[in-house]
Amino acid sequence: MNAIALKMLMGDRAKYVSIILGLTFASLLITQQTGIFLGIMARTFSTMSDLEIADIWVMDPMVQYLDDIYGMQDTQLYRVKGVDGVEWAVPFYKGQLRARLKDGRFQSLVVMGIDDATLIGGPPRMLEGDLADLRRTDAIIVDSIGASTRLTQREADGDRPLRIGDILEINDNRATVVGFCLVTRPFSTMPIVYMTYSRAKQYAPQERKMLPFILVKAKDGVDHRELADRIHAITGLGAYSTADFKRLTVGYYLKNTAIPLNFGTSATLGFLVGTAVAGQTFYNFTLDNLKYFATFKAMGATNGVLLRMILLQAFFVGGTGFGLGAGIASLIGFVLRKGEFAFWLPWQLLLASAAAVSLICLGVAAISIRKVIRLEAGVVFKG
Amino acid sequence: MKQASSLKDNAPDQAQTVAVSCRGITKVYGSGDNAVHALRGIDLDVQSGELLMLVGPSGCGKTTLISIMAGVLDQTAGQCLLFGNDLSQIAANAKTAYRGKTVGFVFQSLNLVPMLTAAENVAIPLLLTGVIWMDALHHAEEMLSRMGLQDRLHFYPSELSGGQLQRVAIARALVHSPRLIVCDEPTSALDNVTGQEVLEVVRSLGVAKDRAVVVVTHDARIYHFADRIAVMNDGRIERITTSPQELVTVP
Repeated sequence: MNAIALKMLMGDRAKYVSIILGLTFASLLITQQTGIFLGIMARTFSTMSDLEIADIWVMDPMVQYLDDIYGMQDTQLYRVKGVDGVEWAVPFYKGQLRARLKDGRFQSLVVMGIDDATLIGGPPRMLEGDLADLRRTDAIIVDSIGASTRLTQREADGDRPLRIGDILEINDNRATVVGFCLVTRPFSTMPIVYMTYSRAKQYAPQERKMLPFILVKAKDGVDHRELADRIHAITGLGAYSTADFKRLTVGYYLKNTAIPLNFGTSATLGFLVGTAVAGQTFYNFTLDNLKYFATFKAMGATNGVLLRMILLQAFFVGGTGFGLGAGIASLIGFVLRKGEFAFWLPWQLLLASAAAVSLICLGVAAISIRKVIRLEAGVVFKG
Repeated sequence: MKQASSLKDNAPDQAQTVAVSCRGITKVYGSGDNAVHALRGIDLDVQSGELLMLVGPSGCGKTTLISIMAGVLDQTAGQCLLFGNDLSQIAANAKTAYRGKTVGFVFQSLNLVPMLTAAENVAIPLLLTGVIWMDALHHAEEMLSRMGLQDRLHFYPSELSGGQLQRVAIARALVHSPRLIVCDEPTSALDNVTGQEVLEVVRSLGVAKDRAVVVVTHDARIYHFADRIAVMNDGRIERITTSPQELVTVP
């Protein structure tokens, strides 16, 4: 009877399309809004995503998240290097500075200062130029999106992206562009500029403590969390494995911003509206077909057979709606992947979205099943 | 407590000629002051190999009686045996399965599923008894061809005439070779000629040595197809006759 159930479902085109649209809408909103939420949350630890080489991040113990920056004394680096289990440790600067463009405009920048000797902490992918060029005088490497958007050079015939050799003025210091890189999009929309750690300290306003982070590599076989705890115990500094620091950062944003509430509201609305539209239409579809279900019952269809027919119908429209909704959400994410659009679609989200749509289908089917199971076969003779 | 395992073999028994045996059947809808007595002690046998018509005014209990005979409704009191089985004493699922194999239905409003073709509609009783899709469809097409509908196999109900629809409904009732066929007002929406044709089909294909047909009708023009006619009034059988002419003069 499965084929009969599907033919009945698809035979009523108007209702079939309405149910599919309702579920597609629900699936799209749930997937897209949650995907954007995850995308934004992932951006809060984008620097860590680009620095997979570091196992442990060391910082001032009061730091609550990645952009909550307090300086440490440079001497802390040597204390950390001395902790048992540390393979290497390098300084890493992260801070905001202001750049003055050639035409006089100002633009805030996120400055990453990487270890002068090893260049550990550099961008994950160079698009133009060489990372080693950072050792040249006044050299900086700029992220490609920043270079083509907020740092464009204004000329007589219009704006043009930054080029190698262009000069910026960062906090009254001359900076020469020597390359462009691709980075994971950050939470803020400011351009990202890489330079050596010593130059970053030189460009930044002078303070007594200027070392925000120490990146640590653990020796082979050393548990990252144990080593972080050891560093904390010995130095008194804050030390987290990369995974723990990501969690700490995301947790801060979840607790202290309205982002989860806003996106949660949209996703919940999608779920509720989708449930209402699909539920109402599917229920009407069942009501319209009640006399045929009664006919089947008279002709020998047990409640189990009818239950399977309705569940099949519900999950068929659910699967189609989920596929379309998740597909559209993925397509939007794919088309806009190169811009500022924050969208992250891990398989867990697809699974959760499928589970939400399944929940809608189960609810929708349950209402209809109740009606059909209670149906007396005798009603078929009542005309 | 109802039993699920007390059904007798469906195979025809030489000694068993009674298809349906009703004794003291009463049916009351509602209760108290609102109680409606639809049947008031019906005693009636339907023999295998006969076409029995139930006639009488509207509301006299004809449809209630065939519903009980076919096992889609339980009586309030009395006993109704279908090929020796008291369906009111059988568990719901077993009764439904037994009914699916044993009874063929032609409903007054036909109840053909509009989203299915003629062949697919006719295949449903076979699918419900476990026949696979292709085989069921093949048998359905054969049955429709025997009904003269070989060129309408893949037409939807909305594309068929009233007579053709009625023949599809009859094909659906016959396709799984049930031993009892119940028809509720099969000619009510048909003109005289088509009604006669439909009853000829029911008579020729439905009536067999080991099968009984019960037809509920108001239509005096088809009385002559019956072997016996049971006249009902106010929930009772008033009389049973083999002569349709007797009934034509009855006011």
